[in-house]
Amino acid sequence: MKRILLVTAIALASSPVMSDELSDLKQQIEQLRQGYELRLQKLERRVEKAEAAATQAKINSTNMSKIIDRKIAQKISASPKYKSTPRTKENDFNPAISITLDGRHASFSNDAASYELPGFQLGGEAGIGDEGFSVRHTEITASANIDNNFYGQVTTAIAEHDGETEVELEEAFVQTTGLGNGVSVTAGRFFSNFGYLNEQHEHAWDFADAPLIYRGMVGKKIVDDGVRVSFVAPTDLFLEIGAEAFQGDAFPAGGEHSGVGAWTGFAHLGGDLGTDHSWQLGLSHWSADDITNRTGGGHSHGEDDSSETPTFAGDSHISAIDAVYKWAPNGNMKNQHLVLQMEYFDRNEDGTITMVGSDPLESSTYKGDQKGWYAQAVYQFMPRWRMGYRYDQLDANNSGDDMDVLEEAGLFDEHHTPKRHSAMIEWLPSEFSRVRLQYNKDESSADSDDQVFIQYTHSLGSHGAHQF
Amino acid sequence: MNNIEKKLLRAIGLAVLLTLNSVTTLAELNVFACEPEWGSLVQELGGDKVSVFNATTGLQDPHHIQARPSLIAKARRADLLICTGADLEVGWLPLLLRKAGNNNIQPGSSGHVMATNFVTLLDQPISLDRSEGDVHAAGNPHVQMDPYRIAVIAEALGIRLQQIDPDNAEHYQDKSRDFMKRWQAAIQGWQQQLEPLQGMPIVVHHKNWIYLQEWTGLKPVATLEPKAGIPPSADYLSKLITGLKQQPAKIILFAAHQNSRSSKWLAERTNLPLVKLPFTVGGSEKATNLFELFNETVQLLLHASQIETKDDTRNSDGASR
Repeated sequence: MKRILLVTAIALASSPVMSDELSDLKQQIEQLRQGYELRLQKLERRVEKAEAAATQAKINSTNMSKIIDRKIAQKISASPKYKSTPRTKENDFNPAISITLDGRHASFSNDAASYELPGFQLGGEAGIGDEGFSVRHTEITASANIDNNFYGQVTTAIAEHDGETEVELEEAFVQTTGLGNGVSVTAGRFFSNFGYLNEQHEHAWDFADAPLIYRGMVGKKIVDDGVRVSFVAPTDLFLEIGAEAFQGDAFPAGGEHSGVGAWTGFAHLGGDLGTDHSWQLGLSHWSADDITNRTGGGHSHGEDDSSETPTFAGDSHISAIDAVYKWAPNGNMKNQHLVLQMEYFDRNEDGTITMVGSDPLESSTYKGDQKGWYAQAVYQFMPRWRMGYRYDQLDANNSGDDMDVLEEAGLFDEHHTPKRHSAMIEWLPSEFSRVRLQYNKDESSADSDDQVFIQYTHSLGSHGAHQF
Repeated sequence: MNNIEKKLLRAIGLAVLLTLNSVTTLAELNVFACEPEWGSLVQELGGDKVSVFNATTGLQDPHHIQARPSLIAKARRADLLICTGADLEVGWLPLLLRKAGNNNIQPGSSGHVMATNFVTLLDQPISLDRSEGDVHAAGNPHVQMDPYRIAVIAEALGIRLQQIDPDNAEHYQDKSRDFMKRWQAAIQGWQQQLEPLQGMPIVVHHKNWIYLQEWTGLKPVATLEPKAGIPPSADYLSKLITGLKQQPAKIILFAAHQNSRSSKWLAERTNLPLVKLPFTVGGSEKATNLFELFNETVQLLLHASQIETKDDTRNSDGASR
């Protein structure tokens, strides 16, 4: 009975009257649920926003770069082309090595072996070189920072002299980098800071041969073993002063010295005028007080007196002025530029000249008074093409008690003023290669010489830096 | 010793004394920036606490600079040196450093900063051979056209400034934070503007736009000078023109410091608009700082792309002007 009642009650409950109330309830619950859901969603969104803001703040404040870095890393790693494997090789610490190949073809209208500069004793590498094809100095340079205080550089040159292949140690020096206050010290064998061209490697010169003042007075170049101290002033205008002390056993000095055999002092001034113009002015002085046994080529009369070697003993002083001006539109040397350059040397010598090998021994007192200069202009008229003109002149006024000996020694000027006109054109296919055609009207001696050079200068290996 | 020698020695002595007297009481940090983009960045991060010297202008090719006396004089007094690195300045910077005698900025010291050391470089060559032109072994150094990389460098530079000048560390921190905020906002703006240019085919003078391409999605279809520092052959150029007929580009890009001859030549033959971009700060009159550099670059790109789409006859008149 009870069961029947229950069943009827349920049946009643599901009757229309009861079901109205129920659906109301259901609706209310549904509304509630929707409301909660909305609020939940809103809350969720707010939490998300807050979180995003927090991350954003973090990015802004602390490690933005890390996030960015990762972005870049992802971007790059997405493209396998840009993947780089870390390179660690045993030779990573090898010094920078560069090799300069220099060769030429020369033709002279006169005999190259009889070349002379009346009034000047030709020493060192003052000759004009061989005719025909020849490989010039093949330079191998290795350089690197030694540690945080020193830089080191070695340049060896392989060259042929008188039919023999020789290896010359051109430069081998260490230079301080860590002294500060504009001071740097260089020790070893290096190109003197005397003059302007002297400090440059020959392959950086604008003409195939040395100016006559270098040929006549310093044997092409002053290279010696010693120490240099230089100081750059803390000024906007470039001001550098320095001094060098040398062993002094090589041309234009000579002889053995237990102390300082030769020394130099130099000062450089330089700056810019706007972006297009720059300039440098140099004063320098080279001096050797105790030269002995300085040999050089003499005046050739013929083949019979080739055994006599003019030898100088005494003191020698050279004062030099150099000036360089460069113009390049917007400072872009690569496209177009003009370089004007001149140097003036004034040399005084006092001592004796002995013709070693003569019998009886011939000698004379000797007072040397020699001056000379060159001026040149090089114009890059379009990318990769340069042309230039150079004029050289020398003047010697030497005296001694036996002018015949001086004449034999090549120190008599023969009433001739050595002069030379040079013109060149260069093609530079890239930063690392150069082909040059040069013509000289060489009036070094009374017998004028027409000289034509075709020269290539190429560099291999590490990218070198060239000075101003 | 003769008279000249004595005088010279006296002059040297005098100069040394004079300079020793000028005690260095510097209020500002002397910064030597190899390129103007880094000069601008240091200025942003250092404000009035730094005095910036830019070694090159926006119209110079930073690879072909000489170690001029004026640069040595500036490097002599620098407390901080910031350069691109990756061999971009290899032809002159090593010489400057050796001649200047300044231990603050030598490699290894905290005042020696190479921007490319802080970022990954694209275009790292697989083989090193100069027949491929003047290749940079470390990768393409022209990172300044990617604002993300600039941000990475900015952070490193900010920290370096704090190390070198700890008295003003807080100042540099504030400036860095401020710069980062403005830079990020600016990047978003530029990216929105550049969105329509995604995938736009371009012709480049040489591969110095690689970072801009990576960032903007501009697609290089041809290069006028495929080997850096080596001019293209006539044969290559004629192939380039036929290639462009099959796969047309929308614009030709070249940098303000570059010789425009070959780009102009191509523009005349293809009737493509020629776009001269500043490439760095100072590369145009408007590009006075890093923000303006990107503002102007974006504007020039948008402008050039619109000219092209409007003008179906492909008349290049008015392009890039």
